[in-house]
Amino acid sequence: MSEVPSSRKTRRPDRAAFIIAPALIAAAAVIWWDVARLATTSTYAPIGPATVPHWVAIGLVILGVWSGFEAWRGDFPKREAVAIGPVVWLVAGLAAQMLLLRPAGFSVATGMLFALTACGFGRRKLWATIPVGIVLSFIVWVIFAKLLQLSLPAGPLEHLFF
Amino acid sequence: MSTFEFFLQGLSVAAQPMNLLYALIGVTLGTAVGVLPGIGPALTVALLLPVTYKLDPAGSLIMFAGIYYGGMYGGSTASILLNTPGESASIVTALEGNKMARAGRGGPALATAAIGSFVAGLIATLALAFIAPFIVKLALVFGPREYFALMVLAFVTVSSAFGDSTLRGLTSLFVGLTLAIIGIDQLSGQTRLSFGIPDLLDGVEVTTLAVAMFAIGESLYIASKGDSEPDKIEAVKGSVWMNAADWARSWKPWLRGTVIGFPIGAMPAGGAEIGTFLSYAAEKRLTKHPEEFGNGAIEGVAGPEAANNASAAGTLVPLLTLGLPTSATAAIMLAGFQQYGLQPGPLLFASNPQLVWGLIASLLIANFMLLVLNLPLIGLWVRLLSIPKPWLYAGILVFATLGTIGANPSVFELGMLLAFGLLGFAMRIFGYPIAPVVVGLILGPMAEQQLRRALAISQGDVTALVMSPIAALLFVLALLAIIVPLILRARGKGEVLSQLAANED
Repeated sequence: MSEVPSSRKTRRPDRAAFIIAPALIAAAAVIWWDVARLATTSTYAPIGPATVPHWVAIGLVILGVWSGFEAWRGDFPKREAVAIGPVVWLVAGLAAQMLLLRPAGFSVATGMLFALTACGFGRRKLWATIPVGIVLSFIVWVIFAKLLQLSLPAGPLEHLFF
Repeated sequence: MSTFEFFLQGLSVAAQPMNLLYALIGVTLGTAVGVLPGIGPALTVALLLPVTYKLDPAGSLIMFAGIYYGGMYGGSTASILLNTPGESASIVTALEGNKMARAGRGGPALATAAIGSFVAGLIATLALAFIAPFIVKLALVFGPREYFALMVLAFVTVSSAFGDSTLRGLTSLFVGLTLAIIGIDQLSGQTRLSFGIPDLLDGVEVTTLAVAMFAIGESLYIASKGDSEPDKIEAVKGSVWMNAADWARSWKPWLRGTVIGFPIGAMPAGGAEIGTFLSYAAEKRLTKHPEEFGNGAIEGVAGPEAANNASAAGTLVPLLTLGLPTSATAAIMLAGFQQYGLQPGPLLFASNPQLVWGLIASLLIANFMLLVLNLPLIGLWVRLLSIPKPWLYAGILVFATLGTIGANPSVFELGMLLAFGLLGFAMRIFGYPIAPVVVGLILGPMAEQQLRRALAISQGDVTALVMSPIAALLFVLALLAIIVPLILRARGKGEVLSQLAANED
């Protein structure tokens, strides 16, 4: 679903949207495969933990076929151009926070997220935004971890003060 | 005890100094976050949920009530001054309100929105208090199959009745239902779709999903549009007070908006926006100044704003009495209840009346605080509106991840946040609605429980589901809610429905 969609004027088969149909059917297949092992373990009742997943899977297959049909007819709404650059910056920020959270603590990890997000929206001066982000995140950490007692992971920076 | 005594008792709970403080913090935070462009009430509630984690249930629900009403009000302020309605329920407000602001009448527009919200919130909350006990009594005769039928109806109305495509609404719903399967099955204790990952045993958190889809998905979507011109904020010139003519033209739309909005919110028919559109249409037809419509008619702000708030109170009727969330905001509020092990529904009225009535009473108090707070603080809200995009979205992402880390500081949870954020982004690009995913996730397991109970009672006979008249009627309504829009769209009358799209709230 991450393919760059192109704007079309006429109703033609929508290639990007074609990915949706197999994705839905694949999800249905995963559900069916996963609950298959449940069906054998609960034969005493006509309905069990596998019943509703089966219904959902059938629904997904129907919707998948329907989506494929609409994509083929080009019925999906026109999409605006997608700028990939900023999206990559934001995803990089979220990934950086995820990876740094344990080793570096909340403030540093979230400061990176802050700076990379701002970068995605056009503030490119990372040498300035990263420190600003870390200071802001530290203030947030003090408020939420110390005053509201939320369990936000502390790192070297937090241990320096508390 | 009678309803009235319960209600008075609730008022005394809500009027305790600590609870008043919680309500005040709630409305202030709710307005401050709700006023930020692009943030609707659903996201406001999801973002601020972690603030309430460490409070006792009563205090946190009271703060919640404040956040909910504050978020609604903040949204309308943003749409009047900025003309970029972040929530669909404010689109109509932006139509006339922004025109008024451009004509230098932003003050009266904000005032009529605030007072109209107050009037509607007051009447609708009282209506909620008086209707709730009757619905609770009705709900007690509901068996599993009636509940299941009711949930199917809610699924259909939330996902496919409104919006521009039955297919995409239903697909969103099924994405939510698929995510709902993940975790330990509540009835048999067996794991499903967990693939041996311990983090998935508890299933997908509603708040994680909501924050990911709304906050991260929306941020990615805005970022993907590339550099655009900064939005123009209309300065509030002149007096914020309404003159006599404004009052004379506002009070009837307030009342009409309330009468239109409340029943629509109270029925399992999705978000607040339908009522706002109907109210706008009604005001346009009834006005004595038709030439002003489209150029800043005060009725066009007063009516829809009242309808918006009345239906927000209305959605609390099915939520509190039946445990049935009919909007994304209600779904997140339900998640907030569940974090304290409280299951809204008829039993909660019996087992924990102080809590329920305290919540209803604090809605009234929050409503009153908003009226007092908002007009004097308008300068502050305007300043919040002018935060440049890089800092705004950087801040939104910090707070979005903060909530998830605070609830569960695990790398895996953050990974899910990112994955669902990307899913939400992709769904936005392809024009899928987001609210049905959230409602499907929280309502899916509840519907499954009721269905399996019903089928266990009937010994697996599916036809027994429609053998009760109430359930049969609800199923017929659900079927109509799928078929009628399909026919309307096929005949090219889909624009009306897509305008009513229940996207955010």
